[in-house]
Order: sequence, then structure tokens, then C-alpha cells
Amino acid sequence: MTQITRRDFLKLTGVATGGLLLPAGAAVAAGEIPVFPLHKRISEAATICPYCSCGCGLLIATGADGHIINAEGDPENPQNRGALDPKSISVRELSTSPLRLQKPLYRASGSDEFEEVEWDWAIEEVAKRIKSTRDATFETVNADGVTVNRTPGIAFLGGAANNDEECYLAVKLARALGIVNIEHQARI
Amino acid sequence: MAGLATTYGRGAMTNHWVDIKNADRILIIGSNAAENHPASMLWVHKAMDERGAKLIVVDPRFTRTASQADIYAPIRSGTDIPFFGGMMKYIIDNELYHKDYVVHYTNAATLINPDYQGPDELDGLFSGFDAENEKYDRSTWAYQTDADGNPLRDETLQDPNCVFQIMKRHYARYDLDTVSKVTGCPKDKLEQVYKTYAECGQPDKTGNIMYAMGQTQHTVGSQNVRCMAMIQLLLGNTGRPGGGVNALRGESNVQGSTDMAILAHIIPAYMATPTASKHPTFKDYIEKETPKTSYWANKPKFLVSLLKAWWGDHATADNDFAYNYLPKVESAGNHYWIPLFEAMYAGTIKGLWIMGQNPAVCGPNARFEREAMKKLDWMVVQEIFDTETCSFWRAPGENPADIQTEVFVLPAADAMEKEGSIVTSGRLIQWRPKVAEPPGEALPDHQMLNLIALNLKELYAADPGPFADPIVHLNWDYGGQLDIEKVAAEINGYYTRDVTDEDGNLIGMKGDIVVNFTKLLDDGSTACGNWLYSGYWYPADDGEGNIMPATKRRGQKDPGGLGIYPYWAFSWPVNRRIIYNRCSADPDGKPWSEDKALIWWDGEKWTGYDVPDFGKTKAPSDAGGLDPFIMKTDGKGWLFGALNEGPLPEHYEPVESPVDRHLLSSQMHNPVIKVWKTNEGQDIGDNWGTPDRFPIVATTYRVTEHWQAGGMSRTLPWLAEMQPNMFVEISKELAAKKGIKNGEKVKVRSARGEIEAVAIVTARFKPFSVNGKTVHQVGMPWHFGWSGLATGDSANDLTPHVGDGNTTIPEYKAFLIDIEKA
Repeated sequence: MTQITRRDFLKLTGVATGGLLLPAGAAVAAGEIPVFPLHKRISEAATICPYCSCGCGLLIATGADGHIINAEGDPENPQNRGALDPKSISVRELSTSPLRLQKPLYRASGSDEFEEVEWDWAIEEVAKRIKSTRDATFETVNADGVTVNRTPGIAFLGGAANNDEECYLAVKLARALGIVNIEHQARI
Repeated sequence: MAGLATTYGRGAMTNHWVDIKNADRILIIGSNAAENHPASMLWVHKAMDERGAKLIVVDPRFTRTASQADIYAPIRSGTDIPFFGGMMKYIIDNELYHKDYVVHYTNAATLINPDYQGPDELDGLFSGFDAENEKYDRSTWAYQTDADGNPLRDETLQDPNCVFQIMKRHYARYDLDTVSKVTGCPKDKLEQVYKTYAECGQPDKTGNIMYAMGQTQHTVGSQNVRCMAMIQLLLGNTGRPGGGVNALRGESNVQGSTDMAILAHIIPAYMATPTASKHPTFKDYIEKETPKTSYWANKPKFLVSLLKAWWGDHATADNDFAYNYLPKVESAGNHYWIPLFEAMYAGTIKGLWIMGQNPAVCGPNARFEREAMKKLDWMVVQEIFDTETCSFWRAPGENPADIQTEVFVLPAADAMEKEGSIVTSGRLIQWRPKVAEPPGEALPDHQMLNLIALNLKELYAADPGPFADPIVHLNWDYGGQLDIEKVAAEINGYYTRDVTDEDGNLIGMKGDIVVNFTKLLDDGSTACGNWLYSGYWYPADDGEGNIMPATKRRGQKDPGGLGIYPYWAFSWPVNRRIIYNRCSADPDGKPWSEDKALIWWDGEKWTGYDVPDFGKTKAPSDAGGLDPFIMKTDGKGWLFGALNEGPLPEHYEPVESPVDRHLLSSQMHNPVIKVWKTNEGQDIGDNWGTPDRFPIVATTYRVTEHWQAGGMSRTLPWLAEMQPNMFVEISKELAAKKGIKNGEKVKVRSARGEIEAVAIVTARFKPFSVNGKTVHQVGMPWHFGWSGLATGDSANDLTPHVGDGNTTIPEYKAFLIDIEKA
């Protein structure tokens, strides 16, 4: 009597299952890999890691919905030649995390919760707060009568993870508003 | 960065990542590069494997970087200046310095005012100290000059007033015995490190010093950096392949955000924020901020071009290019991080606008800083996750009903989900295309800034309020959906009208972008948002004949094989990869050694593999031909260079020190720092610990699995699983003394607060013997907070509100605690 081992059994069922998935009528020669129509479109593009300042190159694969499905090191980038650390390999989770903020939030004075709000409303209300605090605290001259045109009542912080162009726009806008309390990660 | 700018002229990493492979000696001090800049180790290992480079790691803790080292030397936190002072003495006494380099390229030969006195004569202080105001009159620190104002020099280095002799006297006290007693580092270990590293003072060798926040986050942080920069001048290692002082900067784009000046004391590209008393008018600013010599003599062109970029046609010669639209400060130092939070606590700051930062976790004395947030009328946070800062009003133990601050959280796209450039630690500006879609309604920060700016312009046009001109007239025309390439072109710089040369030939047409900052003018005919970046957006060849904005290039050619990769992206300034590179050649213009040839004089011009950081046709024999540090007024590297606490680094103990005196002078602490005392004695306040109550030294650091305040890592399952909770590393000896076992919960207490953590009992920390006394040190990561997947108490609830004497970067790396079983 022939003994069928567990391994043989898996092999047999594997073949059988594979056969079932083949398109009807397709004959596959031994050793050839069948061509299946794939249902997920994949795009690949090179970018730079958002964590430390090594500037490692990343190759990002995205699915049809534009969300990341894979990240690997970019062998052409001279900084890292394809090598990555645990954080940079995790950018897929960064971009697709269910914890990511997806809607503007507002917390009223004394409230114990955030409420989701619309962008238009949020931007208008933020601009109103900036204007009202600027106008209420604005100083055109100092005690010696020197023109100073500054806003002591507002502070701007952050930006070390932002792109250069964003940092530039932030500084341009903040200084135009007279803000002098401008600081970020580089100070600390 | 202040330490580097004072010594070399620019506050930036001198070399770049790939260049580490060219080093013969690598000293990593105050950095755990293997965890925090992992890619750098690729190049460290390459230097070790292929050149036989020796790696030296100096750190209070045996880190993952130390595990790779040929020599590991432990020093107590806060004693870097004694360590480096000892090295300088060793180099000078044993004549191991690179003599030709020191004589010609540094101010070693320059004569100082004979009235100068140093800490060797004044018990830890320099001449000119004003004890009442805790600051220095610097007049005795000045150069001696001839009638024309040129510095006097003695290139034999024998004059007792020359910098070299002053340094020799200054560091005479930093002998091996004393340094060993102060730092707690065994004498033989010190000597081994000094000897091994000083070997790269030979003209054909170079050594690289890599450092990070372990050097800067001290009350003497800037002077720590000065020490490294000085050693690299003494050994002739600056401006050369495999050399340099390499500041391993933290966040992905902290170099870029600094260049763009999100800092109180500067406006873009390192020009001073206007100060009311010093710069009341445009004329005052130009006169006082423009040196007659050095490349900064071009500053009026950079300032006028910036004002044109910001206020366009409203910035004219008639209104001083809208100079008065820029806000002026009384003193920029009033607005640095620590005083900023003090002002928030005092109620002066009513609105806080944050773009991607988590101060509730990352600020010093974070309990106090969270308390300050409660006093705000409103807070706007542009963020990708709900961080501790977004939700500070519902922190554990808080009653939201008691907190009146209105909070707006604007969901941001992350780095993969938007377009723009970022700068590596090594000044390389790389472009990131948008490679993924943001979730839900999240928007790029630049779109949010655009929406807010456009909305404000409408509000101010309708209802001006006080002095609305800077907003109404702000040159802000990037479209309703902001076009980032328009912003890039503005940063690069462009002509505001047709510009012709003296013969009437057209140089640039209105709207054309400028090739680089050498084309900028001070008459309003050019606009430029950041002169240092000028050229990054200009079309350039990638080495294969493909033309594209320079920052987008991916060319692989590396002429010379030094890892310069001049066709990959764009490095500021003007694609120079190693700055001060005139130093890579000897005074005659020949490379110091063939295998490290970078640029050289070919008889008519400077040529080679890198863009010369020097006048292209300035011959070695020309006036200034031996002045490689083009941003310094005398063109020399400054061994002697003034910072607030003196012209030479001198040891002072951290504000919280485990010893009641040190051996180098009776001046215990940095005499020019400001120690805040708001709510001293209360539960939440600026409280200070002494060794009788808090005998143990603590430091904070990072782990490779987490990122900064945790918003980008404690939220991700892979990373949260690898490092799930807050811990404190303690030595076996301290654990035995306190009866603490590995894995047990402990309480860690400082004068500011108390946190809980898991004890990791480890051989990576060893007690120090400090002048015969046993001093224990512990270390903690500062990544944790209550939000996200991996949560834990914040180390910054323990850290102090005190900072460096120049930059006020907080003293996160040396403070006092006590520890007990929970």
C-alpha cells in the first residue's frame, strides 16, 4: 500500500487547486508560468524619506487608489544606495494609518471633545482669530518711538518636517503679519 | 550652529554623508549615529573596511554606535569641553597640529589686544565681564590692526599675544589628570583617543568629527561645537574630503527650515532679524549688517532681493524697499523657545499657530509648557495625527471644562503626499514629487498656508485695522490651488525687470529666473526668497544631457571617485559639496595629497571635482589667496572667536551638576546664561535640583525605532511593537544600590516632576569616578507621551528650562534626578 505523506498531500491538492484557477482551456506546459490578468494596478516613484536628515531615497509603490502598498530603498540615491532603517521602511504605515487625521477638527472653549468641521469654515475662523489677535496686540512703534510694526500676541512654531517651500511660505506670511515669536525644532 | 558660524562662517555641516567614506579617523561624540542617522554608518563602515579608518566613539553610554568602534571612551554628561580642551593641549604640546594649515588658514597667527586676559588668569572668566548684567564687553578680545584696519599677524606663532600662544596658555590647565578627574574618563583611555585622533593631523590624512544633540543640548552647547571646529582647524581637517565638522541634524528638513529662518533671530538665509535699537531704518540695517570684507559684503543685494520677493512692486527705492513692513524686535533673544513659552505662560502670547511640531512632548519642562498652553485664547495645529499637543486640553488628569483655549486641528498631507524639496544634513536639496494620495480631506501644509493667506488678504482689504500694508501688499500670487513650482522659482530668484550690462546687452528678462546669487542686485531689479538656494531651480544638466531644475537631478557621475556626485540634486551654496574647499589644497594651490585631491590651482583658475568655495580666478599669490573662509571678515578659520561666554571654550558645569565644584576654576556655571525662576517652589514651575536631593545625572536620547516626539512613530504598529514603552537605562551598580531589577517599574524624579518608566538594568552605563566621587548616570528616550499606540510618560516632564548662553537650546543632556522602585 502506498503511503501518502502530509507533504505529498499538500503537493497534490496544490496542483489540483492551481488547475481549478486556470482559465478554461488553457494548457500549461511543464515549467512554464501561466500569465494571469492582475486586478491591481501598481505605480512606482522615487522620493526621499521623511524621518531623519540622511535624505535616503525611497521607492514607493502605490495601488490604484493612490495609497502606498510597498516601500523599499532607492539603490540609485547616493545617500543610502538602497539601505533603509526601521522607520523609513514603515512609511507605508505612516501614509495609510487609520489614525491619520482626515477632517478639520474644532474644539470649543471648555469643551471635552473635538467636532469635525468643514475646511471653509475652519480656514475662515482661523483667519478671523489671527486678525483679531494681531490687531488687538499690534505695536506700530516702541517706547522709544521707533517703528516696529510687530504682533507680540501670536507665536508660530514648527516646520522641521516640512518642505523648504512650505517653510519659506510660513516665514513670509508670519513676518508679514508682524509675528516675532517664530521658533521651531532647530532651537531645541 | 552658532559655534560653527563663529569659527568657519557658516552654521552648517561642512561635508556630506557620502564623504564620510574618505576619512582616516572618525570621531563620533554626542551622537548615536547608528540609531539616529543609520545611513551614515554605511559610509563609516566603508571608511573602516576600505581605508582602514579608525572609529572612536565618546559617549556616557555604550551605544549601538559605540559597539562598532575601535575605541570607546565614556565621559560624564556635560564635560565635553574638558575632554576637548585636553585634546587641544595634547595636540599643541606634542606638535601634532598641521602646521602649514594652521599658520596660513586660521587666525592662530593673529595678534589679540594685549589687554586680553583669559580664565587662566581670571579664575574662569575672561576680561571684560560685567557681573551686574552678566555679559561681556568684548573690546579686549579684538584683533590688533594696522592703520588701515588689517589684522596684525606673527606667522612664527611666537608672539605672546598671538592666538596660538593664548590658546596654549588657556589649555595648559587641561592636563590629562585634571581632565580625567572632571570627565570621569580613565586617563589611559583619554590618551589613547587623543593619540589616535591626532594622527589625522598629518597632511595626507583627514579625520571627520560627527556630532549631534549630545554636543549642543547643554548650557555650553555652542562652545562644545567651537571645540570640535577648533580641533579640525588645528589638525587641518576642515574643507577637505574625509574631514570636517559634521553636524548630524535631527529632523528630515531641519537644515531647510533653519535656512528658511523659522527662528526668532533671523530672516531667510541667515540675515539678522531687524532690531529696533540697532536697525531703526533701512540705512542703519545696511550699514551695521554689511561687513566691508567677506562674502557678506553682498548682503544689501540679498536683503533687497528678499524684500522684492515679499512685497513686489510695493517695495521700491523710494520706500526703502518696504523695510518697515518687516517687524522689529527689541532683542531677538526675548523670543527664543524658552522665553516664548514664558511669555505664553505670562499671557502675552494669546494665539499659537503650529505647523507640524509637538511641544507638549518635546519642550523642556514640558509640564510647565503644557500649563502655558492652557492660557492661550486659541491654538491652530497643522498635523497628520492627533498628537499630545492637539489634545493637550484632554491630557490625563486635566479637566477640559477648566481649559478655555479654542483648538483648530487642520489635517495635513504627509511628505509622500505632496511636492517640494528638503535638505539633508549635508546641505543637499533633494526634490520630492507627490507619490501618494493623502487620506480623506487632508491637505498639504502649503495649501493650508495659501488658504489662510488669501483669506487674510481679503479680510484686511475689507477692514484694514492697524498697518495692513504688509498683508494687503504681500506678493502672494501662487494660484487658488497653490503651484509649488512658482514658490520654487521665487526662492531661486528672478528678474523683476529687463536687466542689461554696461554695454546694453541683455542679461535677464523680466520674469526670467536667475542662474544663481551672483546675479542678484541691490537696486530692486531682482527678487529672491533665499539667496543661499539660488540656482536650485535653475535648469541644469544631469551629466547625461538631460536638462531639468537642478534640485531634481538624478545623475550618477562621480568624477574623482570621492562621492561628490555633482549631478545628483543640488547642494547649497552653488552646488558646492564640501565647503571651505580652498583648504583642500596647500598654500600654493596643490592638493595636500593625491588621493584627496578635490580642487586645485591650474595656473589660471581653480579647478577639480567640486565647485570652488573661493574666487574662481583668485591665485594663491593674490591678495586674499590664502583666505579660505570667505564668510569671515579676515578669511581665516577662527581658533579665537567670540561667543557670548568668551572667545575660547572654557569648562562650566551644567546648571544641575552632581559636583559642588570642578577643578578648572571656581566659576561653576556658564556666567552668561539666564536661569528662569517662574513659579519657583510650586508644583509646576522653573524648579532647580541639587545633588543632595537629586544625586544622579540624567540624559535624554532617541532610539532608532521612534521619531522625535512620537507623532510619526508611536502611531505605527510596526514601530510601536518594537519599542512599546517608556524606559530608563540604569547601570547594574545603581540597580544593586537601589534594589531595582531589570524590567521593574521605577519612578524617576527631578525638581520639575516625576514619571514612571520600565527599568533596563544594563552594562551600557557604568558609574563614573569624578574627582574620587562615584557619580551615577542614567538615560531615557524622550519620544513618549499619552497619545498613539505606544504610550508612556514624557522624559521632558523632568528636563529644565535653561539653555545655551548663545542659542538657548535647552540643557536636555545633563540634569539631575533620583530614582526608586515604583
